[in-house]
Amino acid sequence: MPLKRLRQNISAAFYRHGLLCASYPVPIILFTSASILTCCYPLLKLPLPGTGPVEFTTGVRDYSIPSHESPGDLSERPDWYQGPPVAYIQQVLVKAAVSPWDNSLVPVDVFRSPLGRVFSVLEEIRNHVYTDRSLEALCLQVTDLLPGLRRMQAVLPEHGCLLVSPGNYWQNRRDLFDADPDLLKTVHQHEPKGLHTSATLKDLLFGVPGKQTGVSLYNKKRVVTYTITIALSSYDARFVASLRARLKQLHPSANCTLREDHMVHVHFKEEIGIAELIPLVTTYIILFAYIYFSTRKIDMVKSKWGLALAAVVTVLSSLLMSVGLCTLFGLTPTLNGGEIFPYLVVVIGLENVLVLTKSVVSTPVDLEVKLRIAQGLSNESWSIMKNMATELCIILIGYFTFVPAIQEFCLFAVVGLVSDFFLQMFFFTTVLSIDIRRMELADLNRRLPAEAGMPPPKPGPLRPRETPPPPRPSPHTITLQAPAFRNLRLPKRLRVVYFLARTRLAQRIIMVGTVIWIGILVYTDPAGLRTLLAAQVSEQSPLGEAGLPPHLGVAPVFPGRDPTSTLSVLPAPEPTPLPENQSQGHRAARPEVVPVSSPQITWGPEDEELWRRLSFRHWPALFSYYNITLAKRYISILPVIPVTLHLSPQEAIDTRHPQDTHHAPPPSIKTSDLQADLTLYKVAALGLFAGVVLVLLLFCLYRVLCPRNYGQNGVPHGRRRRGDLPCDEYGYSPPISEISPLLLRGHSMDIECLASDGMLLASCCLARQIRVWDAQTGDCLTVIPNNGLRRSSSSGCWEHRDGWDHIGACEAENIFPIRRRTTPARPALFGDQPDLTPLIDTNFGSLPPSQTLSSSGFDFGGLVEKAYQEHETSPTLAFPPSPPASQQRRRSLGDQPVLPPELPPQNNGDWDSSVWAMELRGNLIATGRSSGKLELWDAVEGSLRCSNEDGVSGITALAFLNNRIVAARLNGSLDFFTVEITKPLGLLQYRGPPGRGSLPPSPCYSSEDVISCQLTRSVQCAHQKQITVLKAAAGRVVTGSQDHTVRVYRLEDSCCLFTLQGHSGGITAIYIDQTMVLASGGQDGTICVWDVLTGSRVSHVYGHRGDVTSLVCTTSCIISSGLDDLICIWDRSTGIKLYSIQQEVGCGASLGVISESLLVTGGQGCVSFWDLNYGDLLQTVYLGQSSEGQSVRQLLVLDNAAIVCDFGNELSLVYVPSVLEKLD
Amino acid sequence: MPRLEEHCWSCSCSPSVKTQELSSASWIVCKTGEMMSIITSVLRHAYGSMHSLQSANLMRRGLVLFIVGVVLALVLNLLQIQRNVTLFPEEVLDTLFSSAWWIPLCCGTAAAVVGLLYPCLDHHLGEPHKFKREWASVMRCIAVFVGINHASAKLDFANNVQLSLTLAALSLGLWWTFDRSRSGFGLGLTTAFLATLIAQLLVYNGIYQYTSPDFLYVRSWLPCIFFSGGVTVGNIGRQLAMVRNFSPYFLNET
Repeated sequence: MPLKRLRQNISAAFYRHGLLCASYPVPIILFTSASILTCCYPLLKLPLPGTGPVEFTTGVRDYSIPSHESPGDLSERPDWYQGPPVAYIQQVLVKAAVSPWDNSLVPVDVFRSPLGRVFSVLEEIRNHVYTDRSLEALCLQVTDLLPGLRRMQAVLPEHGCLLVSPGNYWQNRRDLFDADPDLLKTVHQHEPKGLHTSATLKDLLFGVPGKQTGVSLYNKKRVVTYTITIALSSYDARFVASLRARLKQLHPSANCTLREDHMVHVHFKEEIGIAELIPLVTTYIILFAYIYFSTRKIDMVKSKWGLALAAVVTVLSSLLMSVGLCTLFGLTPTLNGGEIFPYLVVVIGLENVLVLTKSVVSTPVDLEVKLRIAQGLSNESWSIMKNMATELCIILIGYFTFVPAIQEFCLFAVVGLVSDFFLQMFFFTTVLSIDIRRMELADLNRRLPAEAGMPPPKPGPLRPRETPPPPRPSPHTITLQAPAFRNLRLPKRLRVVYFLARTRLAQRIIMVGTVIWIGILVYTDPAGLRTLLAAQVSEQSPLGEAGLPPHLGVAPVFPGRDPTSTLSVLPAPEPTPLPENQSQGHRAARPEVVPVSSPQITWGPEDEELWRRLSFRHWPALFSYYNITLAKRYISILPVIPVTLHLSPQEAIDTRHPQDTHHAPPPSIKTSDLQADLTLYKVAALGLFAGVVLVLLLFCLYRVLCPRNYGQNGVPHGRRRRGDLPCDEYGYSPPISEISPLLLRGHSMDIECLASDGMLLASCCLARQIRVWDAQTGDCLTVIPNNGLRRSSSSGCWEHRDGWDHIGACEAENIFPIRRRTTPARPALFGDQPDLTPLIDTNFGSLPPSQTLSSSGFDFGGLVEKAYQEHETSPTLAFPPSPPASQQRRRSLGDQPVLPPELPPQNNGDWDSSVWAMELRGNLIATGRSSGKLELWDAVEGSLRCSNEDGVSGITALAFLNNRIVAARLNGSLDFFTVEITKPLGLLQYRGPPGRGSLPPSPCYSSEDVISCQLTRSVQCAHQKQITVLKAAAGRVVTGSQDHTVRVYRLEDSCCLFTLQGHSGGITAIYIDQTMVLASGGQDGTICVWDVLTGSRVSHVYGHRGDVTSLVCTTSCIISSGLDDLICIWDRSTGIKLYSIQQEVGCGASLGVISESLLVTGGQGCVSFWDLNYGDLLQTVYLGQSSEGQSVRQLLVLDNAAIVCDFGNELSLVYVPSVLEKLD
Repeated sequence: MPRLEEHCWSCSCSPSVKTQELSSASWIVCKTGEMMSIITSVLRHAYGSMHSLQSANLMRRGLVLFIVGVVLALVLNLLQIQRNVTLFPEEVLDTLFSSAWWIPLCCGTAAAVVGLLYPCLDHHLGEPHKFKREWASVMRCIAVFVGINHASAKLDFANNVQLSLTLAALSLGLWWTFDRSRSGFGLGLTTAFLATLIAQLLVYNGIYQYTSPDFLYVRSWLPCIFFSGGVTVGNIGRQLAMVRNFSPYFLNET
């Protein structure tokens, strides 16, 4: 009981909360954002995650090795600054120059002798002893290099001190150095080819960035810089100080003001290798899959993506909040954030958000938004609370494992869960309410014309936006109800292709790639942008090399130039030249040349920490060669010892190698420059070529994959807009060739009945005119009341239509007024022939059907009609008979050369009763009239072949199968007729116009045959009430009636086989086909599937609110449409609803299935094609210009994959070419 | 998946095993042959009972499960060997592919068998699994499983008992959160038992070695991992089966 109380309380609280959220969305969102920001504020203090090294600077003087124990006493001391470092790095920075510079010197002299001095300095360092402590005792002893580095064995030290200098290139032996003919080659032979990001050997040995060494032939400053790097395992301040003093004393640096009192400790984060990355990436992939599958379930909302984004934002900011709160309360995260993040997201989960959405969406639509939100919240309140409690319990259990890492994780998860709950309740609910409101507004805008009487919803704080209704709303909106059927959408391959095609991904990737590639090329190009910029900077800089020779200075893009040194805008002390430098006495030697600059060695603040310019992987790389990892450890870098070396030109000349002079003097610069350029251009050309090939290849692939240039195909159709294009959920509309309807015009009033046998098409309009069309070409073949000439003239819309010649026309025109005057005389002349009056009278519907029934026999009436026909053009008055005209008329209509005199009466139909049912088989048209009369017309000749007036009640439905006609009447009786053909002897079968003889299917009737129609059986009380539907197929006749039953008759013997009961309303739709599938739909909205052989009900589903208006089956499914504007697709065997399509209000209920997977429906002035497998709207074809208000009521699918539908007083013939191909 | 770890240890610790491995390779081959024959018999049975399309479905499901198993095996193998990670990518790549070829294959096959067995068992017991049948939940389950492995590989526990108990609790939590069916629990237990038995046999035959075996020859948390792995794969298998079965549409088309 208390549980129930609790439940009710929770539910009530949620309800109130929902009301609150939906009422004040904007303040609540503001409040939430503010609280998120507040909670995230402590995060600012956290260091940014990354793998870059972290530094900490201490003074040198009072340095002592940090202890392990006392981390908390100094607040600014970082956590990692504990215990001794891996090594102390002492760098001796050597700057050497030959000065004064002599023009007799060759470029090699710039660095040969300065480099040569490294050996003496090394000697000095190695032999330095301070109170019995030598370097050997203090330095970091290394063992073997890693086995994979055999290549470097000759260069890097092994089994001894870790002391690296440029001298290592020559095994620290002066003799090898002196014997080396090409120093540059030696230096560069170890450089890796291609792109490299980590430290190179040159960087390691020189200890300064490669560009700053000055070891090159084109060094403009002529200063060589390198370091001797010593790794010390223990720090002895006195030893280091004495070494510093000694070196300074030996090589004094005059203007050196480097600070020497700071020691930098560099902490390296854990290296992330591929091995660690792969599981991490996997967990992230799983995370994204989880988020994808979760947000995919959000459905039935206005903006799916917006809500998905809101859900993700909710989870992410709850995580941030949890970290922020934990930091606020003094818990610093020690776990690797990137690693536990996916698990946190998974633990917190998106489920609640989805549950909320689903619950709110499933509340009744007609409620107010506020109430919907509140109700949805309170419905799910219990489960949300229960889940939350369970998760908290699980996490609490995790907390008691007493494993620090798990405890920390649990702590984060708990705070995250709570903050997630908070955000869901405030942030997400509010966003949801806004979304729902937007959806309702959109709905309202769309539905306003139809439901204007509905009171507008109370405008909430959000003002209803005055969005103008779209000019033409897309005729159908589709909602898939079973979300699982999203899986059944387009094939994956096609989807990928469509996605590529829609986003133009290929082109964009190529473009972006090209841009990036060009950018890299330009940037890394030594002759490129960087040097250009550097040159410009140096030109502007007053401290640039003023004395640059002009022939070198004019080349702004000069590869050999040292850009970084040029760039160094040193706030250098005023050029205080050294005494040696003063003697620039060589200007007289070459007076025409601008004076050669003498190298000046300057020391600036940037030299203090030159190692900063190295790659941050420099030290890890150096140590890793000896299998010493710096991950999670730190090294201490001692202040650098500056050493200045000035060499005299004589010394430089002395140390020359014999081959050095063979190096080409300055002119050679150009050639080598050219060479460098050449290789550069080669590479560039190759790259460009490869790029072009790649682009072409991708383009070809793209064309192959997407062969149709969608969108630009053909002429732009006037009536199709972007919104009308069928789109899948990815926004891509599959290309379908243009379908243009063929309009068949001719009827003067709305078309009532439509029948077709595939080749011919018969239509009957309210004006009781029957027209026969060629279903292939759309030509009008016959107009059945061809005495309707006068009818049409009398109705005021006479048309010169059927090849009547002018004489006839004039005749007719002149005749009619006169004959009309004579009409009162007719009844007198023909006695009691009432059916002659309406022939003349224009008021067709004036006479009730019952009156038209005459007591006279059929033949007699026909004869009278014939007599009248013969006389009609020239009877009695004013004009003499004109046989040629009449003959001509007949020929033009009936394609008969000679009119046989004994022809049965032609056009004596029952013109005053309307046609209620019509069927077409072969070239016979069967019409059932409201008078109960059954007529058979020749479709080609337009002549009445026979007529039967046995019945009295109006014929509501007709079925024409083989040679039997079944007519259902208004009074519930069912008549079976047999059509008998008596062929006259010796006459060839003749069918219609020449050239079409082979086309129509059986049964064939020639115009010479005598056709009679016999009533074989009449079932008087087939149904209690009016028969509404009559279908025949597979030797069965099925009737449905207002009396809620369906009856199955055998066609041969008119025997009633079954009476099927199951509907609770009148039957409105029946489907039966050759495979004996019988489905029926009723006014109660139910659909029943029956077994015709046993009469048992296979399935019974409740499908529609309101009548089922139409039913069609394919081999796998049943398609029904109802008065509720819904098209439902059912599985035929199981009766499960697969999905439904919501149509526009007031759409026609007509349905047709063209092939197994193509459904066509009629709409407001258009027909729409649907893919049955996926429920996608494929295309909407507009039938005419004036489509408003005209809806397609009847729709026939012909054998040749064309469809015919009525459209006001026009017929529309629509070919579906793609299906035609498929059928072939 | 822990077999990977076994092997990883054996790689690093027992070079002498290598000679034995050759002789036992034939044993493994015959073992896998046995497994294959079991699969084929299952498939044949399936073929007899259902029509061809469904067996094609079965094959497809099996293939998907196999791939999932292989990928999980590789990834979790990496998780286990992360500890002696070096700075050299070449070396890392070496260790990535140095594991024996049959480990992912075995894991994939086991995943396929277990993943197909779960829906089959559901079908035969007549109680279709309805709890949280959606892909998001399955993804969550996989993530938790990877997390359990992650924890076992990366966290430092005080002792083995604590580690095993924690992992056991986590596995049970996984089952409770994502499965909650008796058949799932039973099959998970069976899987754990059989897999542990096989692992014991493998170690007994000298193919593997553990640095610190505390449960006969293997680690005591091994059954927990096997159990949660079984539940996870079963979850995937059920979801796959449901997706296929959900569309009678496709079945009717034939």
